Amino acid sequence: MPTTAPAARALADVTASDGTLRRFLHGLPGVDAVGLEARAASLGTRSIKTTAKAYAIDLAIAMVDLTTLEGADTPGKVRALGAKAVRPDPTDRTTPSTAAVCVYPDMVATAKAAVAGSSVKVASVATAFPAGRAAIGVKLADVREAVAAGADEIDMVIDRGAFLAGDYMKVYDEITAVKEACGTSARLKVIFETGELSTYDNIRRASWLGMLAGADFIKTSTGKVAVNATPANTLLMLEAVRDFRAQTGVQVGVKPAGGIRTTKDAIKFLVLVNETVGEDWLDNHWFRFGASSLLNDLLMQRQKLATGRYSGPDYVTVD
Amino acid sequence: MNAVERLTVLKTYKLYVGGRFPRSESGRVYEVTDSKNNWLANAPLSSRKDARDAVVAARKAFGAWSGATAYNRGQILYRVAEMLEGRKAQFTREVADAEGLSKSKAADQVDATIDRWVWYAGWTDKIAQVIGGANPVAGPYFNLSSPEPTGVVAVLAPQKSSFLGLVSVLAPVIATGSTAVVVASEHAPLPALSLGEVLATSDVPGGVVNILSGRTAEIATPLASHQDVNAIDLAGADELLAKELEIAAADNLKRVLRPQPVDKVDWSATPGIDRMTAFLETKTVWHPTGSLGASGSSY
Repeated sequence: MPTTAPAARALADVTASDGTLRRFLHGLPGVDAVGLEARAASLGTRSIKTTAKAYAIDLAIAMVDLTTLEGADTPGKVRALGAKAVRPDPTDRTTPSTAAVCVYPDMVATAKAAVAGSSVKVASVATAFPAGRAAIGVKLADVREAVAAGADEIDMVIDRGAFLAGDYMKVYDEITAVKEACGTSARLKVIFETGELSTYDNIRRASWLGMLAGADFIKTSTGKVAVNATPANTLLMLEAVRDFRAQTGVQVGVKPAGGIRTTKDAIKFLVLVNETVGEDWLDNHWFRFGASSLLNDLLMQRQKLATGRYSGPDYVTVD
Repeated sequence: MNAVERLTVLKTYKLYVGGRFPRSESGRVYEVTDSKNNWLANAPLSSRKDARDAVVAARKAFGAWSGATAYNRGQILYRVAEMLEGRKAQFTREVADAEGLSKSKAADQVDATIDRWVWYAGWTDKIAQVIGGANPVAGPYFNLSSPEPTGVVAVLAPQKSSFLGLVSVLAPVIATGSTAVVVASEHAPLPALSLGEVLATSDVPGGVVNILSGRTAEIATPLASHQDVNAIDLAGADELLAKELEIAAADNLKRVLRPQPVDKVDWSATPGIDRMTAFLETKTVWHPTGSLGASGSSY
């Protein structure tokens, strides 16, 4: 099968056919669920204080994909979000910009205009987000439109139904097709919706499948289901990108999304990154937080460090 | 057959924050003694992070509590009085130990406390009529003022009067719809911590009252400077601390209720409405009535 994904070249035999892909994914070592959760929990107990905390807060702010994915999104709200992404705390100019804003495809042009001239990128969810239940043609059209409107990053959802049914090749083909539609201008994030994959083994398989198909980022969830990013499933995906780079030399980013609301949580994730894949990933090119309310908490904590007084929601913007 | 000697079952006193009973985040406790220095129990020694968590819980509860009808708040507060009535024996013992009172004196205190609670429960749906109302203005407007709760109020409970004093400063805050973070008396925190158990079982939504025990100065300082606390009642602070806290509170223009001369207040006297009005803001609405003269209407 002709494909341009460099990862697939390194593991070309794996993706040669449905059978080899299945054998490879099922041949991945099983996940020790208890060990994984214990490891994630123990890394969450690190105490990060003073200058390290200040560094972590600024890093986390720079890693936020500031997200609004509501049916009620208006151009005005997207513009406000863009302004906030560029300058999260207008009262303190030393606050870094966020990595990106994340919107629906029809809002990409509005978002693009709102962040023009800054380092903030525009990410767009596509492929019939969040369910992913649409024909491939529709999904690709969705992606092309977002890219044409200027999206720098595309967040696609995988077909969980096909994945759970064991139709891995279908999922693989879809990701490669979307990757192609992204062209060279947009980076591709692949959302697994880990809350719907039921087992850690499935999350590991999905991670490898996504990376084999050429994902630039693997992302935990849409934020639309009950279970979103957890330290354990993020740790598992970090291990997958680490192993993948060791085998193929290709570095893939990770984006936990949904359910990360406090600075404390965000710092726990940064500890996971540092301890699992190291400093190479401690950069917003390789690690992101998909979040909306997290940014306000980061800003309040930042104000607390600067002034010594606990801040409150009256001192940050409401979305 | 000899009766088997029972094991002593000692009570672990815990904080009351957000409707739950956590230990101090710091893991610290301190010894609480009675008036003759006999050990009574260990109480949590709260840290500033406990104070911060309590403020978050109080803020979260504020919307629903201030939005509840005054009548509903009154019913809930009355329910608290009902629960207190059932726990009289326990509170009598705790107050007697804490303040070195005789059993009958302590029982009087507890009775007075419950009466105080009922008194404030009755005020919830009446205070607006007393301090709000229509204002005569020189123009074609209806001009109406109504009291609104201030928000999150930090309450430093009186140091000596461990129960009656506590309720006398707490009840007016929540009766009018604010939510409270209470710092219990430093040396006699046990009645306050037990009050948390009563509140948890009497329909008071979690977070409306949060009770912390520990060193008053240590907990009060971050509360006074906290940007998300709207008011502070300094009843339990001594003169020096009160001054410091008032300076810290000035930064975000908190409402500050200065302490009466420390613990010389007669908590058993009828309180009046001052403690309620201290934590109320007045909202005034101007509503145009049109040209009354032209239509001949006199309203």
